[in-house]
Amino acid sequence: MEFFLSRYRNLSVLVAVILAQLVLLAYQVRTNGDVRLIRVWAVGAVMPLARVIEGGRISVSHFFSDYFVLLDVREENKRLKSELDRVKMDNQYLRAELSTADRAKSLAIFQAHSPSKTVGAHIIGNDTGVGAKDVFIDRGSSSGIEPGMAVITPDGIAGKVTKVFSGQSQVMLVTDGTFAAGVISQTNRVHGVFRGQGFEGSGRIEHVQNEQKVDPGEWFYTSGDDRIFPKGLPVGEVTAVHQGKTEKEIYISLSGFKNGLEEVLIIVEGVHAPIPSAAASADPPRLLPPPPFDPADGAPVQPLQTGPISTDADRVKEQYRKLGVQEGHPYGERGNGAPNYNTPLKQDARPEAKPEKP
Amino acid sequence: MSGFSQQYREPLRKERSSMLNVAVIAGIALLSILFRVYVSRFVPYLQYLELPLLVTVYFSLMWRSPIAGALFGATVGLAQDSLSHHLLGMFGIVKTLVGYFAASVSLRVDVGNPLLRLVLGFFFFFFHQLLYWVMARAMLGEALDFEVPQALVLAMLNAIVGVFLYQLLDRLKVTG
Repeated sequence: MEFFLSRYRNLSVLVAVILAQLVLLAYQVRTNGDVRLIRVWAVGAVMPLARVIEGGRISVSHFFSDYFVLLDVREENKRLKSELDRVKMDNQYLRAELSTADRAKSLAIFQAHSPSKTVGAHIIGNDTGVGAKDVFIDRGSSSGIEPGMAVITPDGIAGKVTKVFSGQSQVMLVTDGTFAAGVISQTNRVHGVFRGQGFEGSGRIEHVQNEQKVDPGEWFYTSGDDRIFPKGLPVGEVTAVHQGKTEKEIYISLSGFKNGLEEVLIIVEGVHAPIPSAAASADPPRLLPPPPFDPADGAPVQPLQTGPISTDADRVKEQYRKLGVQEGHPYGERGNGAPNYNTPLKQDARPEAKPEKP
Repeated sequence: MSGFSQQYREPLRKERSSMLNVAVIAGIALLSILFRVYVSRFVPYLQYLELPLLVTVYFSLMWRSPIAGALFGATVGLAQDSLSHHLLGMFGIVKTLVGYFAASVSLRVDVGNPLLRLVLGFFFFFFHQLLYWVMARAMLGEALDFEVPQALVLAMLNAIVGVFLYQLLDRLKVTG
C-alpha cells in the first residue's frame, strides 16, 4: 500500500480529491441539502469586493452625471436669465419630469405606494454557473431577507430569493429555465404557470388548455397561487399564442426587465392586490339611428327583443322565482336545501299554453 | 556583515517572497472569479470568458506539479460552485481534472510557446465544457444543451484571450 501510494502519489491525490467531491455531491443530492459553510466562505470572500467595486462605480457615475447636470444647469441659468418667465416654467416642468423618470426615485415612489412591505436592494454580481440566470443582491438576513421571498421592480416581477447570507442574497431571475410562478390573464382570467426560457426578456405560459381564450397583447399578472408573489403584480404581455396538442403555447415579453435590472425590491410582507381591469379594447361601434317610418312598408318593424336576452333557462328560473314568492320558499338558494326542479309544477303555476296557429 | 547573518537572512527573504507569491496567486484567482461575477453583469457576452479556467490552466502549467494543479483547480472550482446555483463539486471535479492534466502536460513539453498555449487553452476549455455537460447529465440528470460548434468557437476565443493573459501573468512573474 505504501509502495503504491509513493509510486502513484499524483494519481492517489487526484483520486482522493475527486472522491471527496463526489461524496460532497452525493450528500447534497441525497439530503437535498446544501453545504452552507463552503458557500458562506466563498460569498464572504468575493461579494464584499463586488460590493466595493459596485459602490465605486455608482459613486463615479453619480459624480459624472452630477457634474454634467450641473454644467447643464449653469448654462441653463445663463439662458434663462435672458428668457421669459414662460421658458422658466417650462424648464421647471422638464426638471420635474426628469427627476420623476429617475430610476431610483421611481423605485422609491413605487415602494411608498405599494401595498406590500418591501426592501430595496442593488444587484452586485452574477451567478458563475453555466447559463447563469441568478444574481446576487446587497441585502441579506441582516435586512430581514429570507429564502423564497419575491423580488420585483416597479414594472413587474424579477425573481425570487433562493439563498440568503448575512449581507447578500442569491436571487433566481424569472428568466431562469427552472423558474415558475402562478399567473392569471387580465381580460379572460385564464390561470396558468409562467416559466422562464433561459434567455432575457421573454418567457412562456404553460397549462392553459386549447379551449381557453388568450389573445396576443393581453397581460398576465401574478395569481398568488404560488404563495411567493402576491396577486396582482404584472408579469408580461402576450406576444404570441399557438394551439398546441392539448395546451396552448403562449409566449410573453417580460415587463420587469424593461428598464434594466440594477435596483430591485424584495417583498418582505406581501399584500394581494386585485388584477387591474383591462382597458376597453376598442370603442363600441357607432350605429346609425333606425330608418324613418315609411307608410309604404306597412307597420314599423319592431326588434324581436329589446330587453335582456331571454332563454328557456331564464324562463324556467323566472317561473320558479314566482313559485318561490307564492310559497315563501327561496328556490335555488343554498342553505335552505337544494330545490328539486324535477318536482311537477302546480297546474296554476304553469304558463298558459298558447294555442298553436296552423 | 558576516556570512552567518547572510545565510540567516536568505531563507527569510525566500519565505517572504513565497508568501507574497501565494497571496498574489490567491488574489489572481479571486479576481478571475470576481470578473465572472461582476463584469459579466455589464457585458453579458463576457460570461462566456472562463477566466477561472484560464487561470487554473496557467498556474498548473507553470507549477508542473499535478498535485498542486489538482488542488488549485479544486479550490477555484469549489469557489465557483459556491457562487452559482449548482451543487457544490460540479466545477470542482471538472477543474481538478483540468489542473491535473495541465500540470501533467507541462512535465512533458515546454509550455512557454504561445502557439502551444493556444492549443492547450483551446483543448482544456473544450474538455471543461464537455466534462461538465457529461457530469450534469449523468449525475444530476440535468437536460443541458451542448452545442459543439458553439463550444468550439468559445474554446478558440478563450484560448486567444488566454494567450494574452498568460503573457501578462508571465510578466508578473508569479509562479509560486
